[in-house]
Amino acid sequence: MRNFTDSELERYSRHIILEDVGIEGQQKICDARVLVIGAGGLGSPVALYLAAAGVGTIGIADGDEVDLSNLQRQVIHTTADVGIPKVDSAKNKMLAINPSLTVNTYHQMLFANNILDIIKPYDFIIDGTDNFATKFLVNDACVLAGKPFSHGGILRFAGQTMTVKPRESACYACVFGQPPPAGLVPTCSSAGILGAVAGILGAIQAAETLKYIIGSGQPLYDQLLSFDAKTMNFRKVQLKRNPKCRVCGTDGVKVLHDYEQAVCEVKNAKNP
Amino acid sequence: MLIISINIMKLTINGELKEVAKATLTVTELLKLENVTMPDMVTVQLNDEFMRPHQYPGITVSDGDTINFLYFMGGGQ
Ligand SMILES: [Zn+2]
Repeated sequence: MRNFTDSELERYSRHIILEDVGIEGQQKICDARVLVIGAGGLGSPVALYLAAAGVGTIGIADGDEVDLSNLQRQVIHTTADVGIPKVDSAKNKMLAINPSLTVNTYHQMLFANNILDIIKPYDFIIDGTDNFATKFLVNDACVLAGKPFSHGGILRFAGQTMTVKPRESACYACVFGQPPPAGLVPTCSSAGILGAVAGILGAIQAAETLKYIIGSGQPLYDQLLSFDAKTMNFRKVQLKRNPKCRVCGTDGVKVLHDYEQAVCEVKNAKNP
Repeated sequence: MLIISINIMKLTINGELKEVAKATLTVTELLKLENVTMPDMVTVQLNDEFMRPHQYPGITVSDGDTINFLYFMGGGQ
């Protein structure tokens, strides 16, 4: 049990006065270890909010460098960061907000041969990746390792998210089966994303993470939350675990494999 | 006496009640009717159960069914 200093008590005072958090909940947050996969549109707001909240150990994984075209939505990076690894840029901002954190960076892409080692030390995983191959890999790895995680996906004006407790609630593959055929998808620059949509969804994923850590509220287990920023319709679809799921079912995943990756993936999303 | 029989199915699609003037309808036909242009990018949930694209032509929906179209969203960056 940690004893908070006066400055920590002040920093976290708006959390601590919440009945569902309190000193005890804030201690859990400060002791938590969360991995954010992807330091982009979703990973940016997630990482900022988790750092501000005081999540004691934050891992951030991304193989890319900051590009000028990222800055329209990836709010953890600035113009001065163009060209440097996204994980380093993200780490700098998180530590600027909250210097007491431990931030671990993984400047690499995730594959079947390294993902289990990377997720191992963490309590909760955030999927902020930008392609189906990695989204399914994150799902499979989290199910295999028994790590709860938050799935997030965005497209144009729309977003979707679900929280998965492996082998207890529906997993990503229970719902979506397999990645869509890679050949079907046009190039990514033609799809586009409203920057603020990434912020909305990332903030939801951060809230789910904090709820999980403090053990309060009802996480999005067995529910797919989707929204359309054009109409601001939010909708929850009830999900049911598939007992024959190829990943979390009785004959589920035992060994990880990489999925075929389209160079750039775009989908036809409308009315979530 | 003239009897006109009109078949109308009441379906709940994406949370909204819709009437469809059809006697029988496969999932493939329903996707077309709802202007879903890329069925491979959609997972259809029929009364809690998830269908896969290869099953769509062989599954018929009936009056009172609840159907959700769950779209693949692969973005994050
Ligand atoms: Zn599953």
